[in-house]
Amino acid sequence: MAATDTGMTPPLPMARIRPGRIVTWTVLSIGGVLMITPILFMFSTSLKTAGQIYDLRLIPQNPTLANYVAVLTEGQFPRWFLNSAFVAICVTVSNVFFDSLVGYTLAKFRFRGRQFVFIAILSTLMIPTEMLVIPWYLMAADLGWLDSYWGIMFPGMMTAFGTFLMKQFFETVPDDFIEAARMDGLNEFTIWWKIAMPLVTPALSALAIFTFLGNWTAFFWPLISTTSKELYTLPVGLTSFAVEQAIQWEMIMTGAAIATIPTLLVFLALQRYIVRGVMLAGLKG
Amino acid sequence: MTHTSPHTAPRLSMRTRRAIWVWAFLALPVLFYSVIRFYPTIDAFRLSFTDWNLMSEPSYIGLQNYRDMFASAEFWKVFRNTFAYLIIGTPISLILSFVIAYFLDRVRFGHTFLRALYFLPFITTASAMGWVWRWFYQPAPTGVINSVLGAVGMGQLDFLRSTTWALPSIMVTAIWAGLGFQIIIFMAGLRSIPQTYYEAAKIDGVGDFAVLRKITLPLLKPTTVFLVVFSSIGFLRIFDQVYNMTTNDPGGPLGTTKPLVLMIYQTAFNSYQMGAAAAQTVVLFTILLVISLLQLWILRTR
Repeated sequence: MAATDTGMTPPLPMARIRPGRIVTWTVLSIGGVLMITPILFMFSTSLKTAGQIYDLRLIPQNPTLANYVAVLTEGQFPRWFLNSAFVAICVTVSNVFFDSLVGYTLAKFRFRGRQFVFIAILSTLMIPTEMLVIPWYLMAADLGWLDSYWGIMFPGMMTAFGTFLMKQFFETVPDDFIEAARMDGLNEFTIWWKIAMPLVTPALSALAIFTFLGNWTAFFWPLISTTSKELYTLPVGLTSFAVEQAIQWEMIMTGAAIATIPTLLVFLALQRYIVRGVMLAGLKG
Repeated sequence: MTHTSPHTAPRLSMRTRRAIWVWAFLALPVLFYSVIRFYPTIDAFRLSFTDWNLMSEPSYIGLQNYRDMFASAEFWKVFRNTFAYLIIGTPISLILSFVIAYFLDRVRFGHTFLRALYFLPFITTASAMGWVWRWFYQPAPTGVINSVLGAVGMGQLDFLRSTTWALPSIMVTAIWAGLGFQIIIFMAGLRSIPQTYYEAAKIDGVGDFAVLRKITLPLLKPTTVFLVVFSSIGFLRIFDQVYNMTTNDPGGPLGTTKPLVLMIYQTAFNSYQMGAAAAQTVVLFTILLVISLLQLWILRTR
């Protein structure tokens, strides 16, 4: 991200580094370490034995992966992990496809009812999920969708936020590109998929990352829509596991760590996209 | 382009062909938004006028659910809790995140790394971190915080077991989880202020604090309003942390941490009083709507 920083302030000559800056930097660093302390302690305790958990040293004396082996072999964590991954990936693919298709249609076509469709979709942002869960639950119960992957996924297959974000970005795509493709005889679907989509990849990646993370960490609806343990997602499974473990904190921390590791990996790999995506989403939203 | 049906003219006008494409693109989404968003919204209102326990047929009882709700002491307790999260949580998290963003924006050395440290909690799973914080809050020797307090010779705090401290303890977890997002948005807002303003102020010899008060804060108003609304909505909808940190008595001790969404969850999925729960969701919807409209109004009369 260094590139975005250049041009803001010229590099300071060493002589101009004032004590105030050093104090600021030190305080910010301490604050930053405090912010990740819960995460560090979680990992630290997950590597300790039951007998060591009262030893609050951050670096475990004899780190062991025994808790991970126990949690992954005895519990249903692998299953929950795969459930979460499957649900999050399906919902992400659906959102990337449909939100951008709708966003593109609203941005690049002039047709009767366009404004109405746009405002109708946008207005759903005002409706909180909590208000919809009861009707969703009843609908899913009627249609036999409870306790199924589709039951967990269906409410999130498209989002107004994603559609709005994509529409904003497709508006920046020049009409000439699309007209030229029409002259070449490409059909409208191909123009969208082959010409327009590659031009908005930063927005697509931001949308994909947020949809994935949001669904990976989702708790409320999966808690409501699933009753059999085989269908729990990781956050719901973790809660049921932690309740069973009661005071075996090293096991609970191991479960929590397993739920956290994938998001950490996604973050470490895609940090710049995530931070830029948050800025994009925040400023457009 | 063989998108013609047998009974229409072989050559459709450009306009018609494009309209066919448009509605082909929009067919599934229109169906989705109608069935999964609009119908359930109307259904939630309709249910709020019924008495229904899932066993028998729903019966219409008019405004009885609302009357019962507004007459119940538990509802008002939950209402107070929910606004306690909002009224204490939002200003604290906003001030913290602004101060951090303001100084972090000026740091060059290790900027990306420091920013990552602050942002990291935002992408964690709330249910997982709820348990980590719950462990932190345990009595000594299990809990980290009480152990540290004990080591420096200070008294122990009951945290999640105290009717006074449980709500602030959960709120800290929620503030911690949301801080990174707010910092990033504030930094984006700070970056969007044209440098020329600052340069002009520098030439005029205006001090740092005056620049902050006269230039930075006024120009940051849209960002601040957005974050106030975003954070308020987040606190009004708090659930994951509360549920996971109080599983032995959800919303406890003695209901002192129970927010509206947890009450909705229990009414609907523990007591199966679907009508009463729907009425509670209508209240949540109304509060959120007022806040969103306030945002639009504030930004319009800027």
